[in-house]
Amino acid sequence: MKVLLALLLVLAAALPARAQDAFLANLPRLGAGFGEQAAAAEELGAAGDPRALPVLQALSDGRLLRRADGSLLIQSVPGQAVEAVSGTAADPAGAETVRINNRVRAALRVALGRLQIVANDPEARLTAVQGVLRSRSASDIPILETALARETVPRIRAQIELALAASRLAADNPDVKRAAIAGLAANGSDTARSILLESRAANPALSDEIAAAVASIDRTLALRRAAETLFQGLSLGSVLLLAALGLAVTFGVMGVINMAHGEFVMLGAYTTFLVQQACRDIPWLLPWSLPLSVPAAFLVAAAVGAIMERGLIRHLYGRPLETLLMTFGVGMMIQQAVRIAFGAQNREVLSPSWMQGTLTLPGGVMVTQNRLWIIVFGIAVLLLVMAAIRFTRFGLEMRAVVQNRRIAATMGIRTGRVDALTFAFGSGIAGMAGVALSQIDNVSPNLGTGYIVDSFMVVVFGGVGSLAGTLVGAFTLGIVNKVLEPYAGAVLAKVAVLVGIMLFIQRRPKGLFALKGRAADS
Amino acid sequence: MSNTPITRIGRRVALLGAGAALAAPALRPAFGQGAPIKVGVLHSLSGTMAISETALRDTVLMMVEWINGRGGLLGRRVEAVVVDPASNWPLFAEKARELLQVHRVDVTFGCWTSVSRKSVLPVFEELNGLLFYPVQYEGEEQSRNVFYTGAAPNQQAIPAVEYLMSADGGEAKRIALLGTDYVYPRTTNRILRAFLNSKGIPDADIMEEYTPFGHSDWQGIVARVKRFAGEGKKTAIVSTINGDANVPFYRELGNQGIKAEDIPSVAFSVGEEELAGIDTRPLVGHLAAWNYFMSVQSPANTEFLNMWRAFIRNPRRVTNDPMEATYTGFKMWTQAVAQAGSTAVDAVREAMYGQKVEAPAGYTEEMHRNHHLSKPVMIGEIQADGQFNIVWKTPTAIVAENWSPFIPENAARRRG
Repeated sequence: MKVLLALLLVLAAALPARAQDAFLANLPRLGAGFGEQAAAAEELGAAGDPRALPVLQALSDGRLLRRADGSLLIQSVPGQAVEAVSGTAADPAGAETVRINNRVRAALRVALGRLQIVANDPEARLTAVQGVLRSRSASDIPILETALARETVPRIRAQIELALAASRLAADNPDVKRAAIAGLAANGSDTARSILLESRAANPALSDEIAAAVASIDRTLALRRAAETLFQGLSLGSVLLLAALGLAVTFGVMGVINMAHGEFVMLGAYTTFLVQQACRDIPWLLPWSLPLSVPAAFLVAAAVGAIMERGLIRHLYGRPLETLLMTFGVGMMIQQAVRIAFGAQNREVLSPSWMQGTLTLPGGVMVTQNRLWIIVFGIAVLLLVMAAIRFTRFGLEMRAVVQNRRIAATMGIRTGRVDALTFAFGSGIAGMAGVALSQIDNVSPNLGTGYIVDSFMVVVFGGVGSLAGTLVGAFTLGIVNKVLEPYAGAVLAKVAVLVGIMLFIQRRPKGLFALKGRAADS
Repeated sequence: MSNTPITRIGRRVALLGAGAALAAPALRPAFGQGAPIKVGVLHSLSGTMAISETALRDTVLMMVEWINGRGGLLGRRVEAVVVDPASNWPLFAEKARELLQVHRVDVTFGCWTSVSRKSVLPVFEELNGLLFYPVQYEGEEQSRNVFYTGAAPNQQAIPAVEYLMSADGGEAKRIALLGTDYVYPRTTNRILRAFLNSKGIPDADIMEEYTPFGHSDWQGIVARVKRFAGEGKKTAIVSTINGDANVPFYRELGNQGIKAEDIPSVAFSVGEEELAGIDTRPLVGHLAAWNYFMSVQSPANTEFLNMWRAFIRNPRRVTNDPMEATYTGFKMWTQAVAQAGSTAVDAVREAMYGQKVEAPAGYTEEMHRNHHLSKPVMIGEIQADGQFNIVWKTPTAIVAENWSPFIPENAARRRG
């Protein structure tokens, strides 16, 4: 008994010592080649020594430095560092940043996950669980079980259960494995499906159970895929809608074939860039630079549009061919002016954090945040345009001038001024579209050229002069494109949509929503 | 959709300005008698490829300034003639003819996309011109009128895929080949597919998708890649996406949460210049394969960087692989002209063979009789600052195999 007690005591004393040894033994390997770094990170994470946490975190963040003699430093801020071994302050001069690659980064995610699964911050715990999930190792079952017992946040619990199932699938006991397969089937996510498929090779005896579980996930997945395709179609549709709305006013209402329409979109995108540059010095304002850009882009594009209308287009009313050529030329001039002012290189417009990443909707449908906001923005702009035309004095005058210019003039409406305002209004809407497009496309001088054909396509397809037609046209084209894409590929899908529109226009030359009555005949 | 005329006038004016600056008496070295040597610059300054090609125009102008600063070539002044083919492939052929017949240039530096090179090739062969092509490409070509200073597939694409399949690269077992729809991606992917098959990766584990130039809506394709990767085998993306379609592609990768540790992507057309327009933080760890990165530590690179920053007057402008290939090619051409004592195409061609340059990549690169350079291969990971962290490189420069052994029709050519 005494011997046993003594043995226990020795063991108890030896345990931390051994852990410390593992820490000290593995530490220098973190500064060696990628293979060594990955192996050392793996062992440090498995040992569970909290002293490894700051070192691994520093390595992951690119703050771990190495001196010429191989000793490691943790940098807190540039110019300040502590020794990785002891934590005492040290001078980082002459030390080089330790570089890592994907292999090391993957090992670090697992290691940091194992060390941080008990963190206080829920976000850190979630990241940690997702790190441990990558290990697919039976040795992680105990820490995951402990974590699950303490966890109260439902979405983290779901992730822990997923990680636990993945680890149990790697265990030796077939019954545990079967339970894990059932758990993964119930989880139903893409990750669960992928874990099941991965485990096929190692578990030939369970292949039937795994196949059944995958099949059950696939049944729900089909619906989810359809929902995701629909979202992608709506998203493409909202981009088309935004690009085409301005044109629906200038071409649809006024009948001006404006080939420089894309350039107004581009001007809007560059305005966004400039507004963001101006906001950079004020940190609290930076995330809101995008909403601030909306009115700014409207004003800039509208101003350029007004100048263009007063200076050039008004002299060419009723001469569509000349208007087309002239606006095409002006478009090139705007493009080249921007290229000279800003350079041919893309300009970087940052996405605010509320527009980054994906959102998981109920049912596991994943949608990207930036696309979601653009759909919302597109609809909002459409409603705004409709309200402006329907409820404002300017809208009333605009409709009057479109319906009968001469009678409107006799009623005291200054038709020239209304023309200028209408064109400026359409151009301003294009500028607002540029704000949204800066989030998904290149802010470069040729941003607009990519959208001009699509915009005309939407307006003609939807029916010239009808905003509802533009809405329905844009979303129809977006969804049809995205449904065809997986079968035909991106290139053929676009061709197929164009051919479809040509055939449609043959049958219905006035588009989906043809205007009726006297206005349509004139 | 050509918008050349305006651009061209703009460039001419700029060129006159540059010429005037060079002719300023204080700067002017003593040139001997004789007409200036003319260097054609055939790069798109507008349209979808302008993002990549304008920097190459600037590199050639920098080198012209450099050689004039050293007293010119053969005692004659060197003069650049810049034209803008506006990312319009047939226009490239017209502009090439203009350079050769109207401006009578002695050499041309130009083209980025393979389709533009294919477009000008008959012109250079018919008029016996000399073209230096500075971009990595699909191979399957060797013209006596072209010197290829970019990489052939065995100097870029194949080592990159080998890296993805190695332990350090993540042991990929499934590969998604994404590209822009034209000759370079299609041929490269044909070679890669044969290579992957030879390494035991069946066609079922290879996905191939093409998109138009300037494609901006990547949601569907990225979602399909994600699904393709969810089949239980480690997956990687090989991207031959060209031009400014890359920016929305990377944005979509970031937004759909694809991390480089999960699905690494290796690109063959994305360098420092293309990354300048993107927030690279979500892209850390994604890869590019080139024969030069700006982050290379070598005396030749320091010289190159200093020269570039001084010329462009902007300490934040970056350099990239095709710029380095232009720089190396230009130096090689000046050496060959000096050795031949003439700018005659046939004499310069003979003098080019065996010409060596200490390249900024940190290796001695040599022009072989197959008109291709020997080059080192490097794999870099994107860092948060938009630079590349070199994670792998070949110990020596590799000789180009412009006729790929992975294309069956080449067997006869390779024997002969």
